[in-house]
Amino acid sequence: MNLWGRFAKKSSAQDASDLLTREGDLPAIKLTIFQYVIVAVMAVLIFGLWRLQVVNAESWRALAEANRIRKVPILAPRGQLFDRDGRLLVDNYPSVSCFLVREQGHNLEPDLPLIARGLHMTVDQIHAILKKYRTAPKYQPLPLKQDITPDEQEFIEAHRDEMPELETVDEQRRLYPKDGFAANLIGYVGEVSEEMLNDPRYEYYEPGDVVGKSGVEEAYDALLRGQDGSRDVLVDSHGREVGKLGTERSKPGQNLRLTIDMDIQRAAENALGDREGAIVAMDPHTGEILAMVSRPTFDPNAFAVKIGRDEWNKLITDPDHPLLNKAIQAQSPPGSTFKVIMSVAGLQEGVAQNFKVNCQGGATLYGHFYACDKHHGEVDIEHALPWSCDTFYYMLAARLGIDTVAKYAHALGMGQKTGIDLPDEIAGVMPSTEWAMKQYHRKWYAGETVSVGIGQGAVAATPIQLARALGGIASGGVLKRPHVVFPDELPAEYRSAMRDSFSGSGDATIPINPDNWEIITDGMAETTTSGTAFASHLEGIDFAGKTGTAQVVNHSAGVKSVSSIKSERANAWFVGMAPRRNPDIVVAVFWQHGGWGAGSAHLVAKVIEAYVDKQRRLNNNLVAEKPQPVEVGAVWSQPNDSKGLGGKPIDPRAPKGDPAATAFAGHFFLPPPAKAKNENAKADALATVVH
Amino acid sequence: MRRFLSFRDFDWTLLGFVMLLSVISVFEIYSATLHTKFVGFYRQQILWTVGGLGAMFAFSLIDYHRLLDFIHWIYGFCLLSLIGVLVVGTKVLGARRWIKLPGGIHFQPSEWVKLILIVAVTRYFCGLVGRKLTWPDIFKAMAMVGVPMLLVLKQPDLGTALTYSPILLAGLFLGGIDWKKGSILVLAGLLVVGVAFTSSKILKPYQKQRLTSFMNPDADPKGSGYQIRQSLIAVGDGGVFGRGATKGTQTQGDFLPIPYTDFIFAAFAEEHGFIGCVLVLLLYFLVLMRLIQNAQTASDLPGTFLVMGVVAVLIFQIAVNVGMVLGLMPVTGIPLPLMSYGGSSVLFTFLALGMVMNVRMSRFVN
Repeated sequence: MNLWGRFAKKSSAQDASDLLTREGDLPAIKLTIFQYVIVAVMAVLIFGLWRLQVVNAESWRALAEANRIRKVPILAPRGQLFDRDGRLLVDNYPSVSCFLVREQGHNLEPDLPLIARGLHMTVDQIHAILKKYRTAPKYQPLPLKQDITPDEQEFIEAHRDEMPELETVDEQRRLYPKDGFAANLIGYVGEVSEEMLNDPRYEYYEPGDVVGKSGVEEAYDALLRGQDGSRDVLVDSHGREVGKLGTERSKPGQNLRLTIDMDIQRAAENALGDREGAIVAMDPHTGEILAMVSRPTFDPNAFAVKIGRDEWNKLITDPDHPLLNKAIQAQSPPGSTFKVIMSVAGLQEGVAQNFKVNCQGGATLYGHFYACDKHHGEVDIEHALPWSCDTFYYMLAARLGIDTVAKYAHALGMGQKTGIDLPDEIAGVMPSTEWAMKQYHRKWYAGETVSVGIGQGAVAATPIQLARALGGIASGGVLKRPHVVFPDELPAEYRSAMRDSFSGSGDATIPINPDNWEIITDGMAETTTSGTAFASHLEGIDFAGKTGTAQVVNHSAGVKSVSSIKSERANAWFVGMAPRRNPDIVVAVFWQHGGWGAGSAHLVAKVIEAYVDKQRRLNNNLVAEKPQPVEVGAVWSQPNDSKGLGGKPIDPRAPKGDPAATAFAGHFFLPPPAKAKNENAKADALATVVH
Repeated sequence: MRRFLSFRDFDWTLLGFVMLLSVISVFEIYSATLHTKFVGFYRQQILWTVGGLGAMFAFSLIDYHRLLDFIHWIYGFCLLSLIGVLVVGTKVLGARRWIKLPGGIHFQPSEWVKLILIVAVTRYFCGLVGRKLTWPDIFKAMAMVGVPMLLVLKQPDLGTALTYSPILLAGLFLGGIDWKKGSILVLAGLLVVGVAFTSSKILKPYQKQRLTSFMNPDADPKGSGYQIRQSLIAVGDGGVFGRGATKGTQTQGDFLPIPYTDFIFAAFAEEHGFIGCVLVLLLYFLVLMRLIQNAQTASDLPGTFLVMGVVAVLIFQIAVNVGMVLGLMPVTGIPLPLMSYGGSSVLFTFLALGMVMNVRMSRFVN
């Protein structure tokens, strides 16, 4: 207690005067220093206040607003897709997604295991999502899981108080036809990828947006996507809603009517079945695509909810390329279908009319023997086409030379994109001397021209190119740009934007002499009556076309078209149309490793038959004015009158062209055939290999 | 010797400023708790303020020389009470700071220790007057403040423990420490802070994080930086004129942490803006200047010492609390005197003022 002792003595009352005298020991300056310290402290504090409340008040105010205002997205439903008769093809269905809201103050980390369990995810998955969106603004909720199940929804509701960071949002999800019906045409949607987000072209996309990723969904994404709205709600620090500020409505995406006819599409789907390849059916008068099928295909419904990594890998590594729309993205030598183009070249050049060849199973040209399938004997242009005599076209090609052939082929759209309004079309190949120089820096060998004459060698075409070219030739040289959406129903600026972004050969008119036109169209008609595709003859329908059998392995190596090894089997082509002149429908079938073109002819026949059948029933009022509902997988497709896309009856097209052509045009009744020798041929069509 | 005290000598001006601050405090507590479960707290604060006023008047009648005479007993008792808290105290939020008294009152001894330390330090240094402070003198003073400080730190209550340091500093400064020793002490102090941060024993990790997060609140906006960030948003949101009483979104939306105690100044700043804040700071300034004036006019050295001890504690708490709210100081959990909700804090302030009043009233008494 020594510590206190000294003072205790002095501080006693008697010594008070002693203390008083010592007051002078405390210099007044020390108290003044205190005062200055206080002034300094106050100055610093007022400076701090000034900085926050006067200088930067605006930005702090914004932060305070961001704190308590939460944007709850209202997702816009994507536009529906209809077929040409207004039948529903792609719909939306209501679904619930779970979002994670990060703006609350508390640390999310401890909640993650519970969230993961409740939503049937892993903590790592949630971390990956958090990492992916680390740059997104804090007030923006992150999509955690899409299309959650009722029990997951219940989990969120039950834990609302402990975990206000979980938010559910009702949204519309895509519902596609089942079993990949028209899947390659329609495409699919998915979450926007990181590459797309970094691409300035897609600046309007935000992380988590659902965008079209292929087919119509991609090409018309800007129309279909609509615009998301949001609901601004006031929340407290626990994320509880304490008030509403306002709602920005979502703008639903625009509905689209496709040129597809569901009846034709279904016929084409059924015709192709499990075969690999593609079918495209087009109205050559307008370029409207009536059906487009590609095999193998995929189920786009799997993409509507985020597809699993394994499943995705399977799809993209599948050697059969199920995601590829082979109608526009597969190229192959066109085989004998190219002979139609050769015929145009030969006749228009005035060469083929008097060109006669004695086919003895082939021809020796430039020191090489080029085989034909048969000994056709004396062959002229009128027989060469239906019989598909290789010898004739070898000789014709050698006579014309590659650059003349290429001139006509280019004019007919070979080696260029058609400009169809679908993404990632490929251009095919049409060789020429210029092409050989440009591509391989070599000169063109005359021998190569011989192979090109029968659509082998370097020539490569897509089904859509052949449909456009052969349909155009049969229409007297009027070629149309193929499209899957009616351009008239698009906003004007969108229409021109589409034309610019999907450039190609488009609309074109090639002068074809009427006599030549008749020779070629009659030749194609004969193909299905007495020619290579007589087995696919359709009684009472003016069905014309051209087979094509394109060897996969070198043609001249003598490998059989019908091989026991599938991958060595030839690709089977058929481009058919009805009626023969000014056709209302042209159908191209590309059957990979199908063997013979005649097999493809049978598939085309089925599609043509379905089309003609429908037209006849319409013409004879055998069907109701309104198209019938069609069940396409998950969607019951009703003609949708309320949306202004209602079923307009298809008016049978008026005959076009010169009087000779109109004899068979516009309707499908033929005069009784002169020689009905192939009446039973249809039955064993596929069993018989027809040359 | 007979003493005659008159309330005519009472510092009514000082009391007026103090009461203004107390009224502002009650209103702000009312606003800040309006939408919380603490909604009735302003009534409690009124009771404490009234109780504090009574205690102040009563305490102002006790001759401070008596206090100085008995301080060693009181000091001893205070150490015992701090040890008692550690043994039988009630645990609130992981810290043992409270002793439960009969009648449901929770009592926080560490607040009162401030007052006792002011008196003890006064007595100690006044006993040394007349000669230069030696190192042993300094160490003894440090021990006197350091022991209760460590006990409070052990609770753990870093904020309150820190408020003891200005008492010691003021004592050393007024007690006449020379420049050399002063500089050495400052250096040593810096060293201790450095060690406290590097060692894992002295400060708990959350304390360290709290102390450093003010420098970069955005580094961990969800964790330790959250409080400071929300506080800055609240203050900035107030702007020049404020959002109006009960209209601060940060305060009412529960974004601002504990807006009725440690962050009451942020709540006030949001609702009453720059103008309101300057006014409040002006009131504090007037209170402090009035106190210093009382120190200057005290009749003897211990009187001056006592008042200056009170001034030191108050300016320290104001600087650290408002500094924290403005993001200039670490988050330490030191209440703002006369504003923050809390009975112990209110009672300390009023008792300290009572003591100051006694010093003032004694100036003509002899």
